[in-house]
Amino acid sequence: MTDQAYNFAYLDEATKRMIRRALLKGLAIPGYQVPFASREMPMPYGWGTGGVQVTAACLTPEDTLKVIDQGADDTTNAVSIRKFFERTAEVATSENTSEATIIQTRHRIPEVPLCEGQILVYQVPIPEPLRFLEPRESETRKMHALSEYGLMHVKLYEDIARHGAIATAYAYPVKVEGHYVMDPSPIPKFDNPKLSDNAAIQLFGAGREQRIYALPPYTQVVSLDFEDHPFEPSKADHACDLCGAETSYLDEVITDDQGSRMFVCSDTNYCTTRQDAGHMGRLNQGEPA
Amino acid sequence: MTLHDTTLDQPLLRVTDLTKRYGDRIGCADVSFDLWPGEVLGIVGESGSGKSTLLGCLAGHLATDEGSIQYKGRDTLAMTEPERRLLSRTEWAFVHQNPRDGLRLGVSAGGNVGERLMAVGARNYADIRETATDWLGRVEIAAERIDDRPRQFSGGMQQRLQIARNLVTSPKLVFMDEPTGGLDVSVQARLLDLLRGLVRDMGLSVVIVTHDLAVARLLADRLMVMKDGHVIEHGLTDQVLDDPQAAYTQLLVSSVLQV
Repeated sequence: MTDQAYNFAYLDEATKRMIRRALLKGLAIPGYQVPFASREMPMPYGWGTGGVQVTAACLTPEDTLKVIDQGADDTTNAVSIRKFFERTAEVATSENTSEATIIQTRHRIPEVPLCEGQILVYQVPIPEPLRFLEPRESETRKMHALSEYGLMHVKLYEDIARHGAIATAYAYPVKVEGHYVMDPSPIPKFDNPKLSDNAAIQLFGAGREQRIYALPPYTQVVSLDFEDHPFEPSKADHACDLCGAETSYLDEVITDDQGSRMFVCSDTNYCTTRQDAGHMGRLNQGEPA
Repeated sequence: MTLHDTTLDQPLLRVTDLTKRYGDRIGCADVSFDLWPGEVLGIVGESGSGKSTLLGCLAGHLATDEGSIQYKGRDTLAMTEPERRLLSRTEWAFVHQNPRDGLRLGVSAGGNVGERLMAVGARNYADIRETATDWLGRVEIAAERIDDRPRQFSGGMQQRLQIARNLVTSPKLVFMDEPTGGLDVSVQARLLDLLRGLVRDMGLSVVIVTHDLAVARLLADRLMVMKDGHVIEHGLTDQVLDDPQAAYTQLLVSSVLQV
């Protein structure tokens, strides 16, 4: 079968319409999980089937797509999904955050602030923030409807009781516009402040769980906390070893069997842009690569 | 006994002609009673007599078919669900027979006690912990066990933890379903002692379901005897137990082993 045998962006138009309706509903009720008839995609669950369907429903031929996986443009997941849309939609792709109109992401928000007109699509494994506390779906829906979120704080309480601080480091629960508590997908809590008041449209797709939710631009998003244990975004206490950035989220990379390690920006596009602009880190003193 | 903020001019709970059917069979039928502030009402009867069904209907866990339940003059059956759920985590409490039904086993003792506080808006960790510690003390659980999971507790401790978790928001009305079931007698005795103290100190109104007449004798002011879904005798505890009128009550009282 040739690539031309597929409809634009793989999904048929009726499916895209169904997903767009869910997206519009999600945007109208920020943070509310909208059920949708998730399709099987040519990739396993857990690899971003929800995000891919949302991206497919949003893509137009004029769009420029960027795909990142844990901040990186060049890892398996990102490369495969980018190739998938290059073949099925023939859209332009880019690694540059500010050039892209749609960014599909797995577990990070780019370092460069997003602007109006951009869409950020998250891949979500488990959309229900209360899932591990309350196993019954009927009950969690009721809790969302009635804003009964005491249980969410029980989880944070347990964190402090056991670790002395809120140890949840990713998928940190947030409250959207004073009503729905939402799982921001497993982004590090370092990224949580960027969810709030963001100029871009943020869409969340969970394929296996068949849920879509969304944050319209400039939505107020607050990370849950206690009065005496306030929310703190955290990152490794280092500068990037390649570009010297001190404010970006870092990955720790083990470099040999002796335990040597380096810290590098998890956002590869941000890091290379900085290096091209002449910034240098501890292990990159400007010698030709 | 001191009466708290509730006045005596109307009953706390007024139940009229309450009926619950399971298909063609009767769960409980035509049950009527008033519960006054600070009063403990015992419901006794053999297994299958409709005691737990009645309690479930009162607490809103089961849908009632006929009749009315008024709490402080408000019809709880006509209440919206958010109102009823708010009531059941503030002014009401429910102690299950099996503590595993009433506790979150994956959450520490402190978290279990704190859940109701957080559910009504407590957002200060230190305050929540202090209240939880205080309540563990009141139900005789050592303060250093606050971060242990209920799974690591004995049956008696679990039941006491469940009681602490329910009473932490100072409810007015407590429903108890066989709170001493499955505990050995010495643990039962301590638990009853504790319950009696808490009921008196906090001025709680209690509806307690039990098949153990000794428990009823110790805790209840008034007693309702149920058989086959109907109330067959109703009166002061001592009166019912010492001078039973209905044939079934006489049988029930005489069945208790005298040691």
